[in-house]
Amino acid sequence: MLENSIGPVSLQAYLIVAAFLFCTGVWGLINSRNAVRVLMSIELMLNAVNINLMSFSSYVDGSVIRGQVFSIFVITVAAAEAAVGLAILLSLYRNRVTIDMESFNLLKW
Amino acid sequence: MNIAYSTELICFLILSAVIVSGSLAVVLLENIVYSAFLLGGVFMAVAGLYLLLNASFVAAAQILVYVGAVNVLILFAIMLVNNKEKLKPIKGLRTRKLISGGVCGGLLILLLRVSITTKWNLPGPASIGEEATERIGEHLFTDYLLPFELASILLLMAMIGAIVLARRDVSIPKADINDLKNKKTLSDKKIPLLSENSIK
Repeated sequence: MLENSIGPVSLQAYLIVAAFLFCTGVWGLINSRNAVRVLMSIELMLNAVNINLMSFSSYVDGSVIRGQVFSIFVITVAAAEAAVGLAILLSLYRNRVTIDMESFNLLKW
Repeated sequence: MNIAYSTELICFLILSAVIVSGSLAVVLLENIVYSAFLLGGVFMAVAGLYLLLNASFVAAAQILVYVGAVNVLILFAIMLVNNKEKLKPIKGLRTRKLISGGVCGGLLILLLRVSITTKWNLPGPASIGEEATERIGEHLFTDYLLPFELASILLLMAMIGAIVLARRDVSIPKADINDLKNKKTLSDKKIPLLSENSIK
């Protein structure tokens, strides 16, 4: 079932690693109580998506490599997201003196 | 199986082991500083996977942007907010973790099933290998020009937004500005990180 195409490593192997990375990121996003760790989990998920894009670009779309261009854009957006997210985190910390996600419940009725 | 094949296989196995164990450690470790450094390791291993996929430009961009910028930013944030606070225990946290672990495990099984049973269109056209960097440049300045310009606007907006959000409201008294005799810089003012009204 895992057919070899170019090298010894098949496309499915890359997809499996990316799936594991994505699920770890989702679990961390749900369960972290430290707000910085939530941002780290988001970065893990973005990296999993990038691995998928890059492996498809190399195995299925090897001559046009649209996937590599897309992963450049994903990296750009991730950098912007990290900058704004950490700035929001700093201003939250300045107002509430905690980084516990459970205490950021200002909008709860 | 010649030596190039086995080298590629061994590299892939090592890199994926680093990615899997590193991502688990990032999520599970108690100390957030360890997590941040291991996150840098995971980013480096992902860049290694890109090198295995013949994408040297994206691997360099990954190391520059993720390890050089995002990881350092995360370390700065940890340094600025690190106050060793004891989190209040919450009722039912363990069941919450177990339930979400089950959900994520189910998602993992679903993704694995999809990626293994789907008949991908393999083998595709031959990989262009080292020409990839030139081809990315052509893409960025022809058919992906609009997203490229939008990305630059997004980066500018993110930069200004981060400055505005993270800025402290500092008001320097007029007397200090006009006081040319003993010039005071901003660093002499001993501005606290937390404003006074937030500590109640």
